[in-house]
Amino acid sequence: MTTRPPVFSKFRDAQAELERSGAVLFRDAEGIESLIIRFPYSINYIHSYAEDSPFFLGLAEGRLRGSKCRKPKCGFVYATPRSHCMVCGAPTEWVDLPLKGRVHSWTTCHFGSEAFLKETPYNLAMVEFDGVGSLLLVRLKECIESDLYIGMPVEARFDPNPKYSITDVWFVPAR
Amino acid sequence: MVTGGVTKFAKAHPAMDFRLMVKRAYDYALKGIPNLTADRIDGTRISYFSDHFARQLKAASMVQDYLGMNPKGSVRLEWGGATGGECFQAAYEAVASGRMDICLGAGFETMSRVATWKGNEFIALASDTNFDFPLGGFYTGYYALMVVRHIYEYLRLGRFRGVTDEREAQRLAIAEGSRIMSQVSVKNHLNALHNPYAQYPKRLTVEDVLKSEMISYPLTREQICTMSDGAAVVVLCTEERAKEFTDRPVRVLGVGCGTDTMRLADRPFGKVPLMPHEKPKDYEELRYPGVHSFRAGRAAGIEAYRMAGITNPNRELDFIELHDAYASSEIQTYEDLGLCKYGEGYGFVERGDPFLKGIDYGFPTPKAGAIPVNPSGGLIACGHPVGATGLMQAVFAFWQLQGTIPKHFGDPTLQLAKPRRGAIHSHAGTGSSVTVSILERGFR
Repeated sequence: MTTRPPVFSKFRDAQAELERSGAVLFRDAEGIESLIIRFPYSINYIHSYAEDSPFFLGLAEGRLRGSKCRKPKCGFVYATPRSHCMVCGAPTEWVDLPLKGRVHSWTTCHFGSEAFLKETPYNLAMVEFDGVGSLLLVRLKECIESDLYIGMPVEARFDPNPKYSITDVWFVPAR
Repeated sequence: MVTGGVTKFAKAHPAMDFRLMVKRAYDYALKGIPNLTADRIDGTRISYFSDHFARQLKAASMVQDYLGMNPKGSVRLEWGGATGGECFQAAYEAVASGRMDICLGAGFETMSRVATWKGNEFIALASDTNFDFPLGGFYTGYYALMVVRHIYEYLRLGRFRGVTDEREAQRLAIAEGSRIMSQVSVKNHLNALHNPYAQYPKRLTVEDVLKSEMISYPLTREQICTMSDGAAVVVLCTEERAKEFTDRPVRVLGVGCGTDTMRLADRPFGKVPLMPHEKPKDYEELRYPGVHSFRAGRAAGIEAYRMAGITNPNRELDFIELHDAYASSEIQTYEDLGLCKYGEGYGFVERGDPFLKGIDYGFPTPKAGAIPVNPSGGLIACGHPVGATGLMQAVFAFWQLQGTIPKHFGDPTLQLAKPRRGAIHSHAGTGSSVTVSILERGFR
């Protein structure tokens, strides 16, 4: 006995059928039938934070750690850490960032990557700190789209159960 | 450049894999040029952005053998969203260096192979996976962050500087910016009505664009390009060879490439690199690029203009096909490329400079035709199969300069009157790399 997968002429319907049975025939406007199968792929990376590790360990201790260029003439301070200075190439040292800053820019995401769709809507903000030359991208919580503006004072919160991810820190409107 | 070809971009081409798509574009390019045969081609440059979408490593090798190009030399190019633009320049370099007389540049992407939001995840892997991706992994979110600041710098601190209530001023500025971005979206979708290769040609109003689904505030669905399947090819060769294949060749007059930090958060706050027609006092107060402008685009423009001998792009270019993955980035790019000064991008749209003459967009465009931008419909309306996109722009620009748009589109509406020079602009990863190439009519 021969079997053929079900035929669909709308791509969306074909996609839905794939989720159910793993194989469909898609018939296009010219009548050409293409066999489409589901092809799963997943992987767990062995992901080292390497030289950025102290930043993520710091989050677990309720600290925001930036980088300061060791060269006295440069001394550039980065909110998002890097182990060598982008301006002069010298090594950097770890410095504690202020836990309060201001919104440099913001958005509210009503969609996102598949992995984050269930968290929508969520706010993203670039935070600027006094005395720091670059910004930090974070989630902004406890506020909604209509509350947000550039210049808004914000402060850091830390996950008491750290996952060792940038999401261990988020900001909220300053009290 | 002596010929090019493009497949119609579509949400999905299930009946063609990437090899067949490239083959179709290739056959189209070679059709009608009997003495340009595969054996005359010295080698290839092949581009696609994502191994994740392809689910096939070394997919370029499969294109190479499908086209019968073995054992000629080939290199695969990947440079994020600017992959196609980089491929064009790599093909140019292969010829300009003397390594090849005739080089084929081919690009493709097959984005329909995963659901849209999974595709967004793949694209977002082109952001720092330690610091950026885990926050939401969403490119539209990144571009929204950039345009919110752009609007603040140039509308809040511009035409709304007199409003004393800060939050009210920012809301008014965003509403104004959104309205103007929507005009860009209307333009590109409407132009595409006359381009049979476009994925989403349609007549929209500013209201339609504003009311379409909010994706990442303030960017709505109609202000954002979609995922596509598609392929495009170009053939570049020496000037001597060009005469054998066409009496309407197009000269590559200049190429430029610029870069910036992968993380938006690391972008500096310095001075604007100036173009010849700008003066330091134009930007005394501006901290640049921050997250509001694309320094990579500016650097690419400066390099390409210098090579082409262009000192005032607005006067010396007749049209531009630029990377409008977002309506916001089209406006930001006008400024990066020096079509207007930083801060004037919104007014540039309102005056109508980047619109085509003779098309009714539903609102006044008094200076329409001054320097048409994305006459083809751009990424927003044509689609964005990443590895093909920059080459698609090259093909559309090539046809414009040849005067063959009516033949290839079957519709004369988008053909400009005897354009002499055009620019193509390909942009990647929140502005982390950008290419600009200048093309010029190579015949009388």
